[in-house]
Amino acid sequence: MKILLSNQSELPIYAQIKEQIKEQILNGQIKEGEILPSIRQLAKEIGVSVITTTRAYNDLETEGFIATMRGKGSIVLSVENNFLREQYLKRIESGLMTAIETAKVIHMSEQELLTICSQLWKEKET
Amino acid sequence: MEEILIVENISKHYNDFTLKDISFTLPKGYIMGYIGQNGAGKTTTLNLITGMCKSDSGTITINGETCSKNPIAYKKSIGYIGDSSYFPVTMKIKEIRTILKNFYPDFDKDKFDQRVSEWNLPVNKKIADFSRGMKVKLMFAAVFARDTKLLILDEATNGLDTVMRADILKLLQEYIADGERSVLFSTHILSDLEQIADYIFFINDGKKILYDMKDEILENFLLVKGDLNEIDQNLTKELIGIEKNQFGFEAILPTDKATLLSKNFILEKPNIDQIVIHYIRDIQSKQK
Repeated sequence: MKILLSNQSELPIYAQIKEQIKEQILNGQIKEGEILPSIRQLAKEIGVSVITTTRAYNDLETEGFIATMRGKGSIVLSVENNFLREQYLKRIESGLMTAIETAKVIHMSEQELLTICSQLWKEKET
Repeated sequence: MEEILIVENISKHYNDFTLKDISFTLPKGYIMGYIGQNGAGKTTTLNLITGMCKSDSGTITINGETCSKNPIAYKKSIGYIGDSSYFPVTMKIKEIRTILKNFYPDFDKDKFDQRVSEWNLPVNKKIADFSRGMKVKLMFAAVFARDTKLLILDEATNGLDTVMRADILKLLQEYIADGERSVLFSTHILSDLEQIADYIFFINDGKKILYDMKDEILENFLLVKGDLNEIDQNLTKELIGIEKNQFGFEAILPTDKATLLSKNFILEKPNIDQIVIHYIRDIQSKQK
């Protein structure tokens, strides 16, 4: 496992740790079933607070990348489902971002945009 | 979480200074930075915790014991390192080791010797001839040779070079690594704390200003820069410690108030130093 923290990053430290572990799980450098270093061990190694590493692990757990068992450590879960869902999420976000940016060009309000969005949603359903 | 240190509503009045109603807790296995300007009340608080002074009111519990009920157990769990060496200057390491051994029943001579040789401390020199860095290392060797639960550092990194300060941060992380022991660390050099502290207590003029997890404090504020003309009434109320210059201003703003800002402002993640400076500027400007 590799973690490199940057003070120049837009992301807070806990998010940098989380994203880097996530990236390595997704690209297979950290494999399913592998046990991650303990929260305290990681904090000591990379010189950050225990609360920071705890938060990174908690988020990874919430997002379904790892499972933490008391006394046993944190184990890496299968990525298939998460990976797919995340890829779709990214596509949704970038599509919405284009819509928002276009809306801003003509000074459309957030509410107007949301209305269009829900109208289209309903049309699709019928 | 099990608390190693519980400070409840302590106050202490001196002729020219009052510590007012300070409360906080520190759980096992974590590091707290106790920060503030010189004269803010950091040492007063730490002296009350170590039992060197008695508070006018309030209680302090360390590892379940209070100093008034069980002073020996209470003090045994504390390791203390201040900003100056407390060893007699005419002594050499060997004599100090004998004293420590006789004084503390749990003093482990081998652990002490191991640190002394690891850090190349001069065994044939008198303490008077030690550098500041050597004295600090000797204090760490003495504390780490005992079975303490709470390490209290009062400006212990003052006067040390950057490499030595980084070494000490590593030592503190080692100390808490098993999750059973905690560190309370007072300093005004905030970059030391920025990375490793779990909690921050920020004190000014004897009163609490901020007390939270460090990560929360960092996320709860934004550093805002911009043109003075852009600040409206609503924003003036929320900006903390506006520092003006001829070409613009800088201040901090609670993150949840970011909606008040137009896009003409520059927003950045602040560090602890910047939050502290703007808070103190804010207090100073209100006193005028």
